[in-house]
Amino acid sequence: MSEFSVEATDIVRTFSDGDFRALDGVSLQVPTGQVFGLLGPNGSGKTTMVRILSTVLSPTSGSAIVGGYDVVKHPGHVRRVIGLAGQFAAVDENLTGFENLRMVGFLNHMEKSTAVARSRELLAEFGLAEFAHKLTTTYSGGMRRRLDLAAALVADPPILFLDEPTTGLDPQSRQDLWAIIEGLVEGGTTVLLTTQYLEEADRLCKQLVVLDHGKIIAEGTSSQLKSSLGNTVLVLTFSTTGDAQRALGLISDISAKPANVDGTVIELTVDKGPVAAAEALRRIDSADITIAGLQLREPSLDDVFLNLTGHKAENEVSEVPEKMSRRARRKARA
Amino acid sequence: MTTTPLTSSTTAPHHNSLRFAVRDVLTLARRNLLALVRIPTALVFMVIQPVMFVLLFRYVFGALGSFVPGGQYVNYLVPGILVQTTIFGAIGTAIGLAEDLQRGLIERFKALPMARMAVLGGRTLADTARNVLVLIIITGVGFLVGFRPGGGFFDYIAACLVMLLFAYCLSWGFAFIGLAAPNSETAQAMTFPLIFPLTFASTIFIPLYKLPHWMQGFANNQPVSQATDAVRSLMLGYPVGNHVWMSLIWSAGIIAVLAPLAVNQFRKVA
Repeated sequence: MSEFSVEATDIVRTFSDGDFRALDGVSLQVPTGQVFGLLGPNGSGKTTMVRILSTVLSPTSGSAIVGGYDVVKHPGHVRRVIGLAGQFAAVDENLTGFENLRMVGFLNHMEKSTAVARSRELLAEFGLAEFAHKLTTTYSGGMRRRLDLAAALVADPPILFLDEPTTGLDPQSRQDLWAIIEGLVEGGTTVLLTTQYLEEADRLCKQLVVLDHGKIIAEGTSSQLKSSLGNTVLVLTFSTTGDAQRALGLISDISAKPANVDGTVIELTVDKGPVAAAEALRRIDSADITIAGLQLREPSLDDVFLNLTGHKAENEVSEVPEKMSRRARRKARA
Repeated sequence: MTTTPLTSSTTAPHHNSLRFAVRDVLTLARRNLLALVRIPTALVFMVIQPVMFVLLFRYVFGALGSFVPGGQYVNYLVPGILVQTTIFGAIGTAIGLAEDLQRGLIERFKALPMARMAVLGGRTLADTARNVLVLIIITGVGFLVGFRPGGGFFDYIAACLVMLLFAYCLSWGFAFIGLAAPNSETAQAMTFPLIFPLTFASTIFIPLYKLPHWMQGFANNQPVSQATDAVRSLMLGYPVGNHVWMSLIWSAGIIAVLAPLAVNQFRKVA
């Protein structure tokens, strides 16, 4: 088996007759047998990338090899080695859970007996056996997600694409899904997942790229990304925003990077936490400013994102181009 | 670096054969037909509405006295209702495809190693199966309220085939609307301005000479009237004139224009 299951080179995809560049030269390599993360806010191009790698959309330019096959030249071959679970649980509401999986089995060109056996096996594995013959309209959000993932696994594909697999799930369902994904990877599956949850990328992904406005703005392991920031975040809390502003003037030069100020809270990324904390306290104390709280913490991927893009990942309000707005509308309805 | 193509353990080797394409179409047609049975409103739309049309129009318009060739309005009406019902039924195609798109099912299908044409092929085949059912029901109800087609058995079969072909070709247009609409509500709304003029400004319910003069030009030449007149002439044993040919030409023209549009739209969406 080759070292990389997915290799994309300089993928560009435009919409609206070239007016909107959803992807602007994205290259990535997904090592076989790992979870690889595509991290970014809404509208950053994650979904478009997954759709191109899964042959749903064709790239405007660039090339991608998935499982050894070119997505443009041999899409039929690619489709036999991938599973895709899109952003919204793609289950047919007029069918039962069992019928959904069996249909996908048939469309994967399995023999009837194989499709039936595999459907039963997956329903049992995903805790859906007792709901197998109920219409999926009666399923909860977590159950639909599990069924959707099961549908992507019917043909037992070696490469799996998951587009925001836990969006909209409650914490318990999210944990369940993470455990399932980890189990798949232990079994040798290669997973490329997109997420806007930094916690999810941190937990699951060995390597990741950060996407913003169709470009990769950072890549590496999650710890590499964090250490590129400096080692520690110094969090200082004040009683009033006025105090915070005054203190900021005194201490901002402690960090080489710009401070993040949110009301009464100042966050500084520093190399040596305790030394920086002592220095900051000394300066604040000598100016007679009362400090309400102090904390040193390891940087999160949130910090990485803020540092890279200048905006927070989850607060991003993306411009939704016309061709993408179906998805946005779908989201609004969900 | 070397890339060794992967293979999946459980899928069969020959994916491009015609046999699999046919099976894919049947799989999806079956899925779409199951939806008809499981959505109660779809069943109402499919069965109860045309039955009500037959009963109401037969007695309401029938009460106006003789204004149709042959004198019996019920004989004039039933072939028209058949055509009208197949057109109204095609709204379901637009709505269904828009919903598949909204729910991400089209995205799923496009990433599967199935024949891509099976999504639209299965949908339009299911439409045809539904239309056959509608044909039987309406013919049956028509008989109960006095429908007595004067043509022969084989003419009746020919009429049904002309109608099914016309409806099949039209389905591709509705498929295009479903794929082009941003959501299912809009898809439904988009079909109405198309459907109502085509069915009511036509020879479905009343003969051409009873329509307002300014409307006759449109009504006489539009495809739905041609198909209706073809179906009616065959069923009732009237001289068919060029209606059958015109209906077939319209059918061919409609599918030649709209099927490529639908297929192209299918390629673009996800």
